[in-house]
Amino acid sequence: MRLNKEHFRTAVYQTPFHPRTSALNTLNEWHRWKDYTTADAFFDTALEYAAIRNACAVFDLTPMTKHRITGPDALPFLNRLITRDIAKIKPGRVGYCVWCDDNGQVIDDGTLFHLRAGDYRLCSQERQLDWLSRSAHGFDVKIVEDTHEVAGLALQGPTSCAVLKAIGCTGAEKLKPFDISYFPFHGGELMVSRTGFTGDLGYELWIDPARALELWDALFDKGANHGIRPMGTHALEVARIEAGFIQAQVDFLPANQAIRIDRSRSPFELDLGRLVDFNKPNFNGRRALLEEKRRGSRFRLVRLDIEGNKPARSAYIYDSKRNVVGTVTSAEWAPSAKANIALASMHMPWGRPGDELWAEIYYQRELKWSRVMARCRVVEGPFFDPPRRRATPAADF
Amino acid sequence: MTDRNRIIIIGAGHNGLVCAAYLARAGREVLVLEASNRVGGAAITREFAPGFRVSACAHICYQLDAKISRELKLEAHGLKTAHANLRTVALATEGEHLVLHEGRLEAGLLPDKDRAALADYHARMLRFARVLGKQHNRCPPRIAGGGRTEIIAAAMLGLDIRRLGRDSMREFLRIAAINIFDVLEETFDTPLLKGALALDAVLGTNLGPRSNNSVLTMLHRLSGQATGVAGGLSLPEGGMGAISEALAAAARASGVTVRTGSPVARITLEGDRVSGVELESGEKLIAGTVVSNADPARTLLQLLGARHLETGFVHRVRHFRSKGMAAKLHLALDGLPAFARLPAARAGERLVIAPDPVYIDRAFDHAKYGQCSPDPALEITIPSIHDRSLAPPGRHVLSAIVQYAPFDPRASTDAARAEFLGRTLGLLERYAPGLRRQVVASELLLPADIEREFRITGGHWHHGELALDQFLMLRPVPGAAQYAMPVNGLYLCGAGCHPGGGVMGSAGRNAAHAVLGGERAA
Repeated sequence: MRLNKEHFRTAVYQTPFHPRTSALNTLNEWHRWKDYTTADAFFDTALEYAAIRNACAVFDLTPMTKHRITGPDALPFLNRLITRDIAKIKPGRVGYCVWCDDNGQVIDDGTLFHLRAGDYRLCSQERQLDWLSRSAHGFDVKIVEDTHEVAGLALQGPTSCAVLKAIGCTGAEKLKPFDISYFPFHGGELMVSRTGFTGDLGYELWIDPARALELWDALFDKGANHGIRPMGTHALEVARIEAGFIQAQVDFLPANQAIRIDRSRSPFELDLGRLVDFNKPNFNGRRALLEEKRRGSRFRLVRLDIEGNKPARSAYIYDSKRNVVGTVTSAEWAPSAKANIALASMHMPWGRPGDELWAEIYYQRELKWSRVMARCRVVEGPFFDPPRRRATPAADF
Repeated sequence: MTDRNRIIIIGAGHNGLVCAAYLARAGREVLVLEASNRVGGAAITREFAPGFRVSACAHICYQLDAKISRELKLEAHGLKTAHANLRTVALATEGEHLVLHEGRLEAGLLPDKDRAALADYHARMLRFARVLGKQHNRCPPRIAGGGRTEIIAAAMLGLDIRRLGRDSMREFLRIAAINIFDVLEETFDTPLLKGALALDAVLGTNLGPRSNNSVLTMLHRLSGQATGVAGGLSLPEGGMGAISEALAAAARASGVTVRTGSPVARITLEGDRVSGVELESGEKLIAGTVVSNADPARTLLQLLGARHLETGFVHRVRHFRSKGMAAKLHLALDGLPAFARLPAARAGERLVIAPDPVYIDRAFDHAKYGQCSPDPALEITIPSIHDRSLAPPGRHVLSAIVQYAPFDPRASTDAARAEFLGRTLGLLERYAPGLRRQVVASELLLPADIEREFRITGGHWHHGELALDQFLMLRPVPGAAQYAMPVNGLYLCGAGCHPGGGVMGSAGRNAAHAVLGGERAA
C-alpha cells in the first residue's frame, strides 16, 4: 500500500471525481465515508432517485474498501474465508458473499470480483485488511488494500447500458448480471461489471484514478440525451432498501465490533442462508453454523410492508399481545413499489408470513411528536424487482 | 476391526504412551508412531558421551501421577526408584549451605523466625497445591456453552477452593496470580533460603521471580506426589527414560503397537474429519481417530495445517506462548565433584545455585533481551551417585537445568551455546573448585536444541508456559481445552493440554477419556 507520510495533514480525501461532483453539488451536502468526502445529495434526493428508476444516475463509489487478493492459494484462502463456494465464481464473474468469525457471526458482506484467473478483488463496507491478513496464515497469498488505486462509479438505471455503449463499450448489452468485461478507454482500460446496489439494471465502472475525470466527462457528455444525473447517498439508500439489500452498521453490526453477544448476526439470521455451503469441509464459522442449523437461529431478517405512509425508522415491532418481537433496521417510503417498507430483525419465531405484527412509529408534525401503531405484513422477496434487472441482452429504453 | 476403528497416536512421549495404554485397555486398536528411534519424548535416558548416560531433558521425577503408576502397574513393568525423596541443598559461596527437606531445615543456619516460617510456608503451599492437584485428573470445564457436566466440573473447582476455609481461600486467591518474589519477601529474611524457594517457582518457565503467575507455577510443581510424598522429588533407576520404558511396556502389554523411527509428515483429512496420517516416508495409515502427543503448534499448524482450521482459532494457537528459557547441561566427570564445604554424602541431593531471588531476577533480565544469563541459576543432580548404571565405575554424570537461555539468542545459537557453557562451567568451578578439570565431556542444550531434539516448538518443556492465561480451561487455547480439537476425530494429549507437563501423565489419561467420551457422543 502507498505510504502517505503527510496523511495527517489531510483528514479527509477527495475522490478523483471531486472536481466534477463538487461542481454539480448545488446543495453542498457532504458526509464522510471512510477516508473520503462523499455527497449526500446533489440537487434533490427525490429527483436523483427518479433518475435511478427512470433514466440513469451516477454514484461515486471510490471510497468503497477494495482488496486485491492474488497468489497460488488465493482460491483456497477465499474458500476458507467466505461461506459460499468460491470455486463456482469463474474468471470474469462477481459473487455477493459474506464472511464470518469462528462463531459463525457475520463480519461483513461484500462483492468478490474474479478479475482474471486467480486474481480477485474483494469490495466491502468495512476495512478488512486486518482480518484478511490474519486469515492468511498458512496460505501462499498476497493481500493488498488498493482502495486509493482504483476509482469507481456506479451507473444505475434503465438507460445505463445505452450510455455505456455510447461511450464506446461496444457489446456491453451482452453482459449478464454479475459479469465483468474490459473495454479500451482513452488509451487505458475500463473495467465494467454488471453489478450495483439499486436492484435495477446497472453497472459499476472501475478505472485508473488518472482517467477518472475523462470517464466522468464521457458519461455526462454521451448520457445527456439519456437523462443521466449524479446521485448522492440518500437516493441510493432509498433504492437499496427497495431492492431489499442489507448494509453493515445499519442492518447488522459487524461481528468484530460487537461487544454484547446478541448484537451480531449469522448469515441465516440475515436471510443469507443461500450463501452458506456446508459441502465445503472447512470455512470460518462452519462448525458454529452447523450447530445453529441443529439448534435453530435466534433471529430472522424480514421485509415488511407497513400500513400508512410514515417510515417506520427504528420502530419496535410488536406481536398481537404487545410484546416486542423485533426491531426495524431500515425503513423508507418506496416510490417505485409505492409502499411503506422496512427491513426488520425479528426474534424467532416471529416474522413468519401471516404473523400479526405491529410497528410503533413515531413521527413529527410541526415539532409535535405523535405515535401510531401500524399493521405490518411480512413480504417474501424484494419490494421492487423489475425484469430489466436481469434481462440479457440489456435493453436501451 | 477395520483401519477406520484404529486410533493413531502421534508421539511416544510419556503422555502419548499413557493415552495409548488407557485406550488399549478400553479395547481399542492403538498404533503409536514415534519420530525418533526410542520412546519417551522428553523423558528419555541417552548416552551423551561414551559410557555416560543421562536423563536428556526432564531429570527429576516429581509429578508422575500415582494413580497412573498404579493403574498401569508400572512397577510390574520394571519401574524402580533410585532415590525416592531428594533433599534440596541451597549452595552458598561462603558460609554454610542450607539443607531443606519437606519444609524442615536439616542442616545450615537460619534465624528462628525463618525456620518457623519455612514450616508454615511449606504446609500452606502444599495445601494450595492440592487444589491444583485435584484438577489434574479432570477434563477442564468449558467456559461457555457447556452442558450439565461442565457446570458441575466448574462448580467442583470452586468448591475445592472454598473448602480451603475462609482465610486460606483468601490467601490462595491473593497469591495465585502474583509473583513469588513478593511472597518470599513478606515471609522470609534469609536471601539464600528465598533464592532456593524462588528457583522452584521459575524452573523451566519463561518467568523471573518478579513475573506474575510465578506462584502458580510453583504450586503446579508442588502439586504432584510421585512417590507418595507431596511435592517430593525422586530419581528413577535408569533415569527418566525408565519411566517411558515402563509405560511402553504397559502399553504393549495392553495390546498397543509402538512404531519408532516413524515421523509423521501430516495428518490427513476426509471432508471435515481426520482419516489418518501420512509418514515422512510417504506411507499412509488410516485411522478414524488421531491423538497427538506433539505440541499444539506442531500438531495444528504443521501436521494438520492452518487452512483446515478457522481464523480465530489459528490466531490463538499461533499466540500460545511456548518459548522455553531453560537450558540443559550434561557433564561426564572422571570423579565425584567436591562442592566446597559440602559433605560427600550430600552430593547426591538436589543442589541449587540461586543465592537470592534478585540474583535469579538479574539472570532473567539478560535472557528477556536475548542474552544468556551471565550468572545463571542452576538445579543440579548427580544421579550416578544413586544409579551406577549411568556412568563407568568411579565416574559420574552431572545433569543440570541452567537458567536462563533465550530461545532465539541475539548471537547465533552456536556462539550463545559456547559462551553459556563456558560461563556455567566457570560458575560451577566457584562452587566446586576443581570440577572443570574433572570434565571428560560436556553437552549443553539450549531451548533451540531442545526444540530440535525433542520436536517441541519453542523448546519449552511444558509445551507452553503454565501461566493463568494458558491454564485449565484456557490450555492450550479456548476452544481446544477439552482435548478434542475443532477437526472431528483429532485430539491433543500432550503437555500443551491441561494439566501440563512435568512427566505427570495426566494429560494423556484425560485425553484417553475424552476420546472414549467422544465416541459415545458420536
